Amino acid sequence: MSGERTDVVWLGSPAFPKAAEKALADDRLRGNLRNATTTIRGKRARVVGERPDWAELRDAGAAIKDATLADLAGHLERLEAEVTAAGGTVHWARDAAEANRIVTGLVKATGETEVVKVKSMATQEIGLNEALAAEGVTAHETDLAELIVQLADDRPSHILVPAIHRNRAEIRELFARQVPGAPADLTDDPAALAEVARRYLRERFLAARVAISGANFMVAETGTLVVLESEGNGRMCLTLPETLISVVGIEKTIPTWRDLEVFLQLLPRSSTGERMNPYTTVWTGVTPGDGPQDFHLVLLDNGRTEALADEIGRSALRCIRCSACLNVCPVYERTGGHAYGSVYPGPIGAILTPQLRPDEEVSASLPFASSLCGACYEVCPVKIDIPRALIHLREKAVDAKRGHPSAERAAMKLAAWTLGNPRRLSAAQNVASLTARLPLGRPSRTWPGRRRIKRLPGPGRAWSRTRDVPSPPPQSFRRWWREEGEEQ
Amino acid sequence: MRIALFLTCVNDTMFPGTGKAVVKLLRRLGHTVVFPEEQTCCGQMHLNSGYRRECEPLVRSFAATFAGFDAVVVPSASCAGMIRELHPEVVPGLAAPPVHELTELLVDVLGVEDVGAYFPHTVTYHPTCHSLRMLGLGDRPTRLLRAVRGLELLELPGAEECCGFGGTFAMKNAGVSAAMGADKAANVRRTGAAVLAAADNSCLVHLGGGLSRDGAPVRVMHLAEILASTEEDPA
Ligand code: SF4
Repeated sequence: MSGERTDVVWLGSPAFPKAAEKALADDRLRGNLRNATTTIRGKRARVVGERPDWAELRDAGAAIKDATLADLAGHLERLEAEVTAAGGTVHWARDAAEANRIVTGLVKATGETEVVKVKSMATQEIGLNEALAAEGVTAHETDLAELIVQLADDRPSHILVPAIHRNRAEIRELFARQVPGAPADLTDDPAALAEVARRYLRERFLAARVAISGANFMVAETGTLVVLESEGNGRMCLTLPETLISVVGIEKTIPTWRDLEVFLQLLPRSSTGERMNPYTTVWTGVTPGDGPQDFHLVLLDNGRTEALADEIGRSALRCIRCSACLNVCPVYERTGGHAYGSVYPGPIGAILTPQLRPDEEVSASLPFASSLCGACYEVCPVKIDIPRALIHLREKAVDAKRGHPSAERAAMKLAAWTLGNPRRLSAAQNVASLTARLPLGRPSRTWPGRRRIKRLPGPGRAWSRTRDVPSPPPQSFRRWWREEGEEQ
Repeated sequence: MRIALFLTCVNDTMFPGTGKAVVKLLRRLGHTVVFPEEQTCCGQMHLNSGYRRECEPLVRSFAATFAGFDAVVVPSASCAGMIRELHPEVVPGLAAPPVHELTELLVDVLGVEDVGAYFPHTVTYHPTCHSLRMLGLGDRPTRLLRAVRGLELLELPGAEECCGFGGTFAMKNAGVSAAMGADKAANVRRTGAAVLAAADNSCLVHLGGGLSRDGAPVRVMHLAEILASTEEDPA
């Protein structure tokens, strides 16, 4: 499976509704997702509820991100200067291919054929593991959930919990099969599973001379990178090897440590539902005699500059990848992450992927993969108005195809024409013409006085596959109003 | 008070009973209701589906039709939200009449909670996404329902989760929409309520459509119809 992966979008990903069908038919997947998202949702709500100043924190988070994005070039230059002054080397990558080329080159220059990896969305976005493999370098994921995905030759389905679609029994089976030295009587007790992973990973940490990471934040004023995590495996990778290569999206820049303070409060509460994450690792360039002595920062654009140029779409670049929007999304809860065809699933994926990879097939369907319920906007720690961005991207999708006739466009035009004038609407409400072609069923219990319609023609078929509609009423309201309503 | 009714195109065409209920209710409370006949649609479907260009004339004609009224009532939370939150963005600078969703009008403007209704049935209330998150109706609807004589309000589990309607989402992503609807419908049935009420007929046509297909003994009703119901003229 991993061979099919390309950057951001998985190659050949079908349009969302089609991919979703497979997930909808998988009861076990839906059960796993419901359990997991419900738990995280509850934890988040509890710890967020503790903060009377949560609204102000969100405002601050959004404001800092917006201000930074408004002068991103300036902050990046400062960051580059500080990292360089602290003994690091900064590389700029326009796209995935360039980033992969830089990283593979750096790894090969060390002569190593194995690297350990800290959980990172950016390296998944560019398909780094595959690029390394093509050059004969094996990348070992060290985040537990990421390891599970890698061992299963699977794809991540969640930003924070990539193996959220798997339950304990499935993981036990996987470890027993794939991890050398796993005990024959391995149970699905979480502690036992963690122990197997710990032993396996410990060997990797001690042997590794090169580590690859991303970063949650880059503080421009001192050139400091910050990684937040829960397991401590990231800390091992960030401190033990001799060479550290960090691939980070340019939008992860924040100007100062004061700004960092805001995000260190927003992120853990929003993502894992913790007041504070267990491990926060910060490093600035290299420190002689302590930690990696060779540090490279690869600054990744890969479509971000273009997103930045879009006044509404750019709000997606505020994202701190907390995954709160996934956990509350009713669509994600039912389809899981794979249906989004990209390393960024859920509501944030629906607005980010089409901007980073506008030409992919799945991108055209993603802005429509939402009921616009607004639950994501409500929880987003940096106040990204995701429904607003979705509507905007829908407009772009529709406008891009103006001039190409389609059934939907014809229907929308007809509706706009009919609704554009009350007399036309009134004529369309003529009951005889509405019911003439519809087979009426039994009287409805749901809508007393109406009959059930079980089959609609044309595009309505998608509706009536699972849902009845009531037969049209004997007269429209405006008719009634004219005949008797007004005089009453 | 003289109140203009913007009924919405869906209610006008498919659910005239909701419009009649609003008229009956407001008249009972001593107000004058007018229905400007030039009205059609707020443009929500077009905007939400990406057809902003087609939406614009609808926004303009709404503003022209309702200019000069002191209060406009809308028995649809999502259309009220569209008008209040998004019209100013679609056509900036357009003079906006004061628009109130029905429960906002009753509780905030008219200052009533007990509207003198009688409805001797078990009811569960689904707070639709736009009433909950866009308008922030809060407990206005349930306060109104609790004051109805004879009505027993049963709490809906997972109430705040979307029903899966979402306009054209219901057809473009019919599978996911139906799955969300089925989960919501199961929660509705779990309450044992005879009636499912909401402030949006569009969500109700989706949920009701599923309940009807499954033969569930549940009636779906717009909130207005319950609030309009009396002993002499029951809904
Ligand atoms: S969009 Fe907001 S809620 Fe979603 S992952 Fe990004 S920061 Fe978190």
